Amino acid sequence: MDTLIAQLQRQFRDYTISLYHQGFLDDQFTELKKLQDECSPDFVAEVVTLFFEDCEKLISNMARALDQTGNVDFKLVGSSVHQLKGSSSSVGAKRVKGLCVTLKECCDSQNYEGCVRCLQQVDIEYKTLKAKLQDLFNLEQQIVQAGGRIPQVDI
Amino acid sequence: MAVGEVMRMEIPAGGELPVTTPELHVLAVDDSIVDRKVIERLLRISSCKVTTVESGTRALQYLGLDGGKGASNLKDLKVNLIVTDYSMPGLTGYDLLKKIKESSAFREVPVVIMSSENILPRIEECLKEGAEEFLLKPVKLADVKRIKQLILRNEAEECKTLSHSNKRKLQEDCDTSSSSSSSSSSHDDSSVKDTPSSKRMKSESENLSSLF
Repeated sequence: MDTLIAQLQRQFRDYTISLYHQGFLDDQFTELKKLQDECSPDFVAEVVTLFFEDCEKLISNMARALDQTGNVDFKLVGSSVHQLKGSSSSVGAKRVKGLCVTLKECCDSQNYEGCVRCLQQVDIEYKTLKAKLQDLFNLEQQIVQAGGRIPQVDI
Repeated sequence: MAVGEVMRMEIPAGGELPVTTPELHVLAVDDSIVDRKVIERLLRISSCKVTTVESGTRALQYLGLDGGKGASNLKDLKVNLIVTDYSMPGLTGYDLLKKIKESSAFREVPVVIMSSENILPRIEECLKEGAEEFLLKPVKLADVKRIKQLILRNEAEECKTLSHSNKRKLQEDCDTSSSSSSSSSSHDDSSVKDTPSSKRMKSESENLSSLF
């Protein structure tokens, strides 16, 4: 008979695997999980929270820069996307990072339309990831509350 | 009891010195809050004491190299390793590296540069300026463990060098200061200077030799 804990653990495992397979996360996220332990049980959640705050700030900066029609500071957009690419790389946010690469290219070639389109995609993508990771953390909480252990998932 | 006999007892054949390894203190410099959090955790989990700062300018202030008033209480400041991002606004990691290598207080401290970009001329430039290593971001636990081993090994070898020179002193009944035997560091001048790390190593090896 499948206990609640076992069901939740299976859900957690499947969901985690799907996030990797669908390209939302890469092995840097796995590296972050290695750094989480009893002394630092919320490390991953804390880092991704900082990352999403970073996303909000940098995307807002870039949107503002792109809004200055006729006088767009592509250098500013470039440095912001460089920072965003860096932090997305550090947390394993694979899709966000990929979009940053594209955005950087548009920026380097001063392709205004491309930048605007790409920035919108970055915005959607980070919000999607944020929702998915929230679901994942909720699953973890449910497992712990049910008295179970969060399983180690090998990708 | 002959000095040689005690030494055989104290120093194992492998040449490893029985000194306790003090906790490494690492200064981490990065303008990204996400990267600061990650590098701090990587270092803490590797049993290092960590201080993080957000810019090259702050790093210089912390080290007392900015010509400011902070220098007076820095006599006891021990930094065993500096890890810095390359691309930072204002002072880049390369600029910071240069300033550290130009200083008398911290030029012996190993500096590791981190960068998200794998640009060969950049890497060469940093290594030429005296960087210990160049790490490609994102930094992983294996990278930090490797760096730590490197630093510990360098310090152990420095200590061994000092201890050997002390042994010779005892045997030759000579009272000159530390010898100029070459250390494992990559710097040109091979004499061991009285930097914070070598000072600590020297006092530890003096404690050792005082047993004889």
